[in-house]
Amino acid sequence: MSSLAPALGQIAVLVIALAVAVPFLGRYLAHTYTSQRHLAVERASYRLLRVDPDADQHWKTYATSVLGFSLVGLLGLYALGRLQEHLPLSLGYAALPADGAWNTAVSFVTNTNWQWYSGESTVGHLFQMSGLTVQNFVSAAVGMAVAAAFARGLARSMQDGRVGNFWSDLVRGTVRVLLPIAAGSALVLVACGAIQNLVGNRTVGTQVITGGPVASQEAIKQLGTNGGGFYNVNSAHPFENPTPFTDIVQIFLMLVIPFAMAWAFGLIVKDRRQGIAVVSVMALLLGVAISLLTWAEMAGIGLAPAAAGGAMEGKEVRFGTAASALFAAATTGTSTGAVNSMHDSLTAPGGGVAMFGMMLGEIAPGGVGSGLYGMLMLAIVTVFLCGLMVGRTPEYLGKKIGQREIVLVALYVLATPVLVLTGIAVAITAQDGLAGLQESGPHGLSEALYAVTSAANNNGSAFGGLTSGTPFWDTLLGLLMLLGRFLPIVFVLALAGRFASQQHLPPSAGTLPTHKPLFVALLSGVALVVVGLTYVPVLALGPIAESLS
Amino acid sequence: MNINLSEALPGAVRKLDPRELWRTPVMLVVEIGAAATTVMAVLDPSTMAWTVTVWLWLTVLFGTLAESVAEGRGKAQAASLRALQQETTAQRRRPDGGYDEVASTALRAGDVVLVEAGQRIPGDGDVIEGVASVDESAVTGESAPVIRESGGDRSAVTGGTVVLSDRIVVRITSDPGQSFVDRMIALVEGSERQKTPNEIALNVLLSTLTVIFLVVVGSLYFVADYSDAHQSLIVLTALLVCLIPTTIGALLSAIGIAGMDRLVRRNVLAMSGRAVEAAGDVDVLLLDKTGTITHGNRQASALLPLAGVSPEELAEASLLSSLADETPEGRSIVALVGDRRPVPAGASLVEFTATTRMSGIDLPGGREIRKGAGSAVTAWAGGTTPELDELVQGVSSTGGTPLVVAQRSGETGRLLGVIHLKDVVKDGIRERFDELRAMGIRTVMITGDNAVTAAAIAQEAGVDDFLAEATPEDKMALIRREQEGGRMVAMCGDGTNDAPALAQADVGVAMNTGTTAAKEAGNMVDLDSDPTKLIDVVEIGKQLLITRGALTTFSVANDVAKYFAILPAMFVVAFPQLDVLNVMQLSSPESAIVSAVVFNALVIVALIPLSLRGVRYRPSSATALLRRNLLIYGIGGLVAPFLGIKLLDVVISLIPGI
Repeated sequence: MSSLAPALGQIAVLVIALAVAVPFLGRYLAHTYTSQRHLAVERASYRLLRVDPDADQHWKTYATSVLGFSLVGLLGLYALGRLQEHLPLSLGYAALPADGAWNTAVSFVTNTNWQWYSGESTVGHLFQMSGLTVQNFVSAAVGMAVAAAFARGLARSMQDGRVGNFWSDLVRGTVRVLLPIAAGSALVLVACGAIQNLVGNRTVGTQVITGGPVASQEAIKQLGTNGGGFYNVNSAHPFENPTPFTDIVQIFLMLVIPFAMAWAFGLIVKDRRQGIAVVSVMALLLGVAISLLTWAEMAGIGLAPAAAGGAMEGKEVRFGTAASALFAAATTGTSTGAVNSMHDSLTAPGGGVAMFGMMLGEIAPGGVGSGLYGMLMLAIVTVFLCGLMVGRTPEYLGKKIGQREIVLVALYVLATPVLVLTGIAVAITAQDGLAGLQESGPHGLSEALYAVTSAANNNGSAFGGLTSGTPFWDTLLGLLMLLGRFLPIVFVLALAGRFASQQHLPPSAGTLPTHKPLFVALLSGVALVVVGLTYVPVLALGPIAESLS
Repeated sequence: MNINLSEALPGAVRKLDPRELWRTPVMLVVEIGAAATTVMAVLDPSTMAWTVTVWLWLTVLFGTLAESVAEGRGKAQAASLRALQQETTAQRRRPDGGYDEVASTALRAGDVVLVEAGQRIPGDGDVIEGVASVDESAVTGESAPVIRESGGDRSAVTGGTVVLSDRIVVRITSDPGQSFVDRMIALVEGSERQKTPNEIALNVLLSTLTVIFLVVVGSLYFVADYSDAHQSLIVLTALLVCLIPTTIGALLSAIGIAGMDRLVRRNVLAMSGRAVEAAGDVDVLLLDKTGTITHGNRQASALLPLAGVSPEELAEASLLSSLADETPEGRSIVALVGDRRPVPAGASLVEFTATTRMSGIDLPGGREIRKGAGSAVTAWAGGTTPELDELVQGVSSTGGTPLVVAQRSGETGRLLGVIHLKDVVKDGIRERFDELRAMGIRTVMITGDNAVTAAAIAQEAGVDDFLAEATPEDKMALIRREQEGGRMVAMCGDGTNDAPALAQADVGVAMNTGTTAAKEAGNMVDLDSDPTKLIDVVEIGKQLLITRGALTTFSVANDVAKYFAILPAMFVVAFPQLDVLNVMQLSSPESAIVSAVVFNALVIVALIPLSLRGVRYRPSSATALLRRNLLIYGIGGLVAPFLGIKLLDVVISLIPGI
């Protein structure tokens, strides 16, 4: 197949770029979240926020700070949306409806970036810049902060539930990591043709062309695994993602921090091999997803693609099947949700893989921060199951997994599947839910399933075909996003507190090693089996039934 | 293993009571499911409905049966222990020194009683006067009588045991109903059984899986409706029961009871299940040198002749001097030379005394042979030589004890050489320590010997570390230090001065011959008083945890095959293309579902023996253990149900109506 070489080539470029960048960025991240020093600009922010950045917070205080900060963001964004028509730079757009403003506010604060609206025809520059883009930064920084707190909890010993300082984690993540990389990447995107201006709608012939501060939002949209596009068609739009080169840059940006967080985790717990093991599991699962998706799309599985001679429906000719498949795997493996092709038009098995990537709980490599803590939670489940088989009370990184710990892990593991499965049951039972589906039968189920999965897992990508801007869907998905983000965060922080209180136990030959290939294989296996067992029945009636027809 | 079904079954049926079952949420869900299908089968009878219903009930019953069988094994032992508790009369001392006859049940802690030969000791206590031989076989199973005496570390007596000779005065240390035998009965019967921390944690995980599958099956009801593939509640219940971890849920408590029972069978009583679990986590073993690592008495290991003395000559002299020496050292010399012969006629024996510090023999004809401490024998023989000093020094420096051998004819003494006595390390103990090291457990030898001797024995036995000239305080400090480093410590002890350390250790095994204080402080008692058993205890703890882990993995892995059986069966009518997933080629949807349910129930029965016996455990590193158990229970758990369900389907498809 002549198109195979470029397909493999772009994957090779991506792998090399990540292999170079991840250890470097990982080291930098580890330093960022453990250093004692504050930058001048950070000190200024702490004074502004009136917080003490050196206070070592108990996990409850840390969690309250996370929730409080996010609540303020949520209310602010809601107000911005509701008051749009009265604010400058609105391009003349009306206020968002109540349910739409709620949905969007939740969506961006939870790092989901589900979009029920078309950016270019609904919201103005002010909302895009000071609402959405700001949340793109801080919601990503919140995820990274929680992951850093969890890593510190594991690294500490007898610290009475103290896991670090949220405000310092938040500010540092934004100032030291996200801002510099996003600024640099925005320049690269601009240089390659992405637009960056404050021009409103301009009519050219019969077309209305919307300009705006696109590149600056685009960079953080990918880097922070947010995914909310400036334009409705997201990274398929030539102003957002002009060339195959910017396409690979965008994919790189999605993956780099989630992988680097895992690397940093190893350094924070003072055992680099542990970080490498986590990176390996993420890479393994993502590799499988990329392979399957690329195969499905390039082979054009299914009746329509076979008849058409390829699965080009819903894809940009600039990118083609392979680059679209790669992007789809990366965006659902991370919690980004940006798209450069319409996932509704992926082949049935391809769409199934994308869905499965999200169902894994966004751990391959997942969202910034959330990917790491999600994976570590599964690692603890794995340690619990397999640790018993070596004849000891299970322990991970010298921390015993006893009753209190496993309760928190259990709650974490329960949260998302319960949200997804109750969500789908509600969606396909309620008349208002069914009304939003474009298709019936297995594909309609896939549309609804994709939406609830995407929301509860804070991905934000859409399958298309679903008309989601209705009060029913806005409310349902908003609830799923909110609970799907903050319930797990509270459980993660509680567990971090437990671990920080525990004494660190030295490893021995009788301890289950968690850095060896065997554990990497086990963790991958447990992730696949646990998620598989949870979602196979409903997948069977959606994508699987569709694939086999 | 003999399982007496007729005895276990009534107990199993009693355990079906939901109030009993709520302790195992997984099985409670099965029972509720079974009740629901019963109702539906009554309302809308069909062969399929009734078959599923019956097998769901059987699933619950098999679970309670496992627990009942595990408990039954302790009951027989409890019965024989109860026989010890028959009421006897006791002679209680009055304040004025006389004795009253009172019932043994009237005794309280602090009372003092007199027990004479042939009488049963009326309660647990400490001997405060006298010495007696006591038959403790009823408690320990050991038929040889043991000596109990006041003071020292052999003062504790157990109520119900019998004094064979002499008379002792005992201070009672327990109130009625709280004696050692009472506690033993409660333990072996499992009546005081509380869930252990790891068991609770595992239960949380199993309940989580159950909730997930409840939500999965619940949502599937609606999704199926949407897909025009309506599912009956019977089918959904069958799917739910197949998915939730019934195998491990049913066997979990049986595994715990059987673990305690395995200890009891080795004559170790654990005061709590928590201690058994902790044993699996032990990082450091403190082992007393004497009795655990060495035989406890020094034995001759080499004969070192001086220059000019032939090995045969030294051997003969050593032998002659030891022929009548019945001390362990003397016998070991005879054994080393290997030439037992009668004492020559007319010879006179010279006993060892503390003043002469030597022993030997005077032969007819004036030849006198002595062996003993270096300074005593050289003085007797007329002075030492540098060569002899060097030999003596050499033996001492390796931790051995030198015995100098010399002979005298008339006034001329002649030094012959040195017998090297040493503490002999038990056979196979080094291998045992190597195994422990592979398991990640450090061994520390505790000894009262000086550092040189201790180092030599430690080296020979292959322990990781030693504590020489150990005092109880040293022991305590060592345990604290290890625990501060986050390590779990196990030790055994018998004396009163061991009690604080036994209490401090995470696993403290008290010897039954020891004092009451030691037995109270430890969390296990070894009825055989064999310190080596500490190693067995650790292995049993590990085996308990491994059995749980292995069956959990097996249970979860089973689900994959069940999906392949049930999902196509449920939806093949609405989506014929899903028949591709019917990889087992099961004959009909009904047969597939029933086969999965039956397999799910039968696998519990099949695994009852394994859960009682524990999975095979060989000491090895964590990685090796994991690889082996994953292969058997993980991969096995994936594959076995494919075969089992297919086989059952072949049979079940013959039933008309399915």
